[in-house]
Amino acid sequence: MKKEEVPQDGNNMHEGTFKQLFYATDNEGKYVPVTSVGWEPENVAMQQAWEEVHARMEKARQQVLSGEISPISYYMEKNLMDLALLASYVSKFQWQVKRHMKPAVFKNLSERTLQRYAAAFKITIDELKHIKG
Amino acid sequence: MSDIQFSHVQTAHCESGVISNIFRHYGLHISEPMAFGIGAGIFFGHLPFIKVNGVPGTTYRIWPGAIFQRVCKRLGVKMQSQNFSTPEKAMLELDRVLEKGTPVGLLSSVYYLPYLPAAYRFHFNAHNILAFGKNGDNYQISDPVMDHVTEIDPKSLAEARFAKGFPAPKGKMYYALSVPEQVSLQKPIKEGIEQSCHYMLKLRLPMFGVSGIRYLAKRLKHYPEKVGERKAVLYLGNIIRMQEEIGTGGAGFRFMYAAFLQEAADLLKRDELGVLSQDLTRVGDLWRNFAFNAGRVCKNRAVNNMSYGELSEMLMQCAAEEELIFRRLSKVKL
Repeated sequence: MKKEEVPQDGNNMHEGTFKQLFYATDNEGKYVPVTSVGWEPENVAMQQAWEEVHARMEKARQQVLSGEISPISYYMEKNLMDLALLASYVSKFQWQVKRHMKPAVFKNLSERTLQRYAAAFKITIDELKHIKG
Repeated sequence: MSDIQFSHVQTAHCESGVISNIFRHYGLHISEPMAFGIGAGIFFGHLPFIKVNGVPGTTYRIWPGAIFQRVCKRLGVKMQSQNFSTPEKAMLELDRVLEKGTPVGLLSSVYYLPYLPAAYRFHFNAHNILAFGKNGDNYQISDPVMDHVTEIDPKSLAEARFAKGFPAPKGKMYYALSVPEQVSLQKPIKEGIEQSCHYMLKLRLPMFGVSGIRYLAKRLKHYPEKVGERKAVLYLGNIIRMQEEIGTGGAGFRFMYAAFLQEAADLLKRDELGVLSQDLTRVGDLWRNFAFNAGRVCKNRAVNNMSYGELSEMLMQCAAEEELIFRRLSKVKL
């Protein structure tokens, strides 16, 4: 890649404050570091990854509102976690976390357990119990 | 305000960048590509069984920590490295070492680094940053992928150092005990190149090295019928991100390695390495072309299976070219 070919396709993913470094060749073929504000294909891939996150959050939110699952599932998606990661944050087994995702089980969770989840999601117990509609 | 002088240089990748920045602090000047080359950082691996958020993993570099270990060993740098059982102990020890004016490398999760743009903050636990002092309660941070130094509050830093998941950083910190001022790079370069050739050509597993590229090419061709269009696009997007996202220097570290070969050619007066650098640059351009076309497939979503076949062909070509380059590289007498 030549120095002049280093793409500068900003889409504000970098929030205008952040430039990444590429290695590119100058006129004599010598490698030099060049900064870039972004590149279209990477922006597309990144945007797509976030759209996927948002779609999963929205799906979970609807399911919580219709009483199919507990808010733990929603906050797990919101915090970009999967079952394994969430389980290690609350020091539980995966099957336990899975059980806590059932509304009937969630309802009877102790304050202590709820506090663990709230801490993992960095929210209050109240926010954990009532997601925004 | 701490009065420690620390000269921060932005680099493409965090691991080779932290190495370069620490060494410079002690008067040993090793560029990022040189650290990457001596540490034999270039690689390829496709692991469909290891899924990150349901997407198969692809890597263009050796596993985290390996570059660091190898560079220190090959250059005779002595490092102290520690893990901790609790954040309290980890932060106390960090304070103790910083007080002496020693810059400290820290393993962290990007998810908990508030100074990074939100779009980049996924749960990625193997990010290297350097702490070089304190300003009140806040820590002064040189993050190699940023163009300037920054600060972080103690709470966020403790969270980043004790993120859960794989690999768990467990508060890992490291600092230099002794750094030689002058080193001969001839032998480290030779060993680094030999190791890279071995990893790219000789691992007898289909998922790694040049065979790994072919392995991915074969699987990618069948994504639409195997996993459906929606997932196929996500899989493809992940390959692009691993190749081009912050940290690779472009084309999945291929340009960085080409820069290393060029520097080595000048240093050791070996023209063959210069020629190989140019050839690898061309392969890097092929990779970029692949990412460009893959990006278009992602964008247009509704695609015919034809384009996946074409993308697969492009990867096959990258594999063929890289195989030739590393075979020639393994024959250069150093």
